[in-house]
Amino acid sequence: MKGSLSKVPISKEWDIVGARQTGRNIAKELGFGSVNQARIATTISELARNIYLYTEYGEISFEEVCEKTKVGLKIIATDSGPGIKDISRVMEDGYSTSGGLGAGLPGVKRLMDEFDVESNGDGTKITVIMWLR
Amino acid sequence: MNPEYKDILLDYSDEIIKKWMDDLEDNKLKEYKSTVSNELIEQVNREFVNLIFSKLKDGVNYESLEQFSERIVNLGWPLAYLTEGMQSFRSICIRTILEQIDNKDEAFFLEVMDDVNNWVDPIKNQLINEYSNNWNNIISLQKVALQELSVPLIPVMEGITVMPLVGTIDTDRAKLIMENLLDGVIKSRAEVVLIDITGVPVVDTMVAHHIVQAAEAVRLIGSTCILVGIRPEIAQTIVNLGIDLSRFPTKSSLKKGFEKALEMTNRDIVNVKEKDADIIDDMVQSIDKE
Ligand SMILES: Nc1ncnc2c1ncn2[C@@H]1O[C@H](COP(=O)(O)OP(=O)(O)O)[C@@H](O)[C@H]1O
Ligand SMILES: [Mg+2]
Repeated sequence: MKGSLSKVPISKEWDIVGARQTGRNIAKELGFGSVNQARIATTISELARNIYLYTEYGEISFEEVCEKTKVGLKIIATDSGPGIKDISRVMEDGYSTSGGLGAGLPGVKRLMDEFDVESNGDGTKITVIMWLR
Repeated sequence: MNPEYKDILLDYSDEIIKKWMDDLEDNKLKEYKSTVSNELIEQVNREFVNLIFSKLKDGVNYESLEQFSERIVNLGWPLAYLTEGMQSFRSICIRTILEQIDNKDEAFFLEVMDDVNNWVDPIKNQLINEYSNNWNNIISLQKVALQELSVPLIPVMEGITVMPLVGTIDTDRAKLIMENLLDGVIKSRAEVVLIDITGVPVVDTMVAHHIVQAAEAVRLIGSTCILVGIRPEIAQTIVNLGIDLSRFPTKSSLKKGFEKALEMTNRDIVNVKEKDADIIDDMVQSIDKE
């Protein structure tokens, strides 16, 4: 098992649950323990919900990544929505345009080992990795 | 349909039925054969065939189509059973007519096809519509059933109520939680409500936000929420997310939460004195002997 593992489209609220389930199963198979499985499921929930709330359509895809001595799970959330105007602002705790807690993206950054956002007027791509220890 | 074609189909009905039954035998239902008896499949196939042939004789009666679709839904058979069945029926009919009339003309061929299609398609569409209506009915009934059991409130003692949450919390359910919670607290005059999240698989910021809001609302009507059933892995993700739960008490288990609730309502758990316990034991034993 290597490279691209699965891709889940997100357009309805219940797609979030499907993506979470897929991610949790993959994490389990890769050998993540229950705490990290919960972190991964929560991360997927946050990213998928943002796609559902702020864009028309997007996808969550899962990849296995290898680097010299370590193996990890990479999760990529892509959408073709309006993009995030001010990235440094959304990375501050408490910033939300939807009356939410605004803790989603900064929280995901703390939940995962690596975190990267690319965003412009054509959409947003968020890539996160958790390494197996 | 051209009466001449119709007569051919009726004349050759035995053959058509035989061919069609064979075709139905071969199709998708094989996957189901392990769980469904051959007799049942045979019986339903025969109903299907009779239904369509009665339509040919007496014209279309939509009520019987509705009943048949409902039967297929209730059996749990796939939509493909109906669509493929009608397709195979269509091609058998076209073939039969073409074989009986010796005319290799392309226009004639097209005419037969159109004629049969115009007759078969409305029946097929009706079957499909009824099939999906039936499913939609089932789904909306299940939704209601799910809603009914989705946020129960259990008064366990004067002033203490428990709300166990089980399963995924989506926006609809989150609203329901809030409504039922406030309603229930007022009705049962609860001083303390224990919200048990042991059965909630993922607590993300949305779920946390709704719980915090619900707890805040409960506080505003003069009661207290205790959040219980926080599994260790959930506790870690909540901390990572930076969610502030400090405005109301939290406990790892329902048991600890309940003890806290007793304390808050000025109660104490007291062990029954041993002597009393002995007397009760004796009584129980003497009942056994009778
Ligand atoms: N995929 C996205 N496309 C466009 N905007 C987004 C996207 N994800 C997040 N945002 C913006 O970033 C803000 C912060 O997101 P987040 O940290 O998840 O908090 P919340 O969802 O609670 O508002 C959102 O309110 C929204 O304006
Ligand atoms: Mg969010």
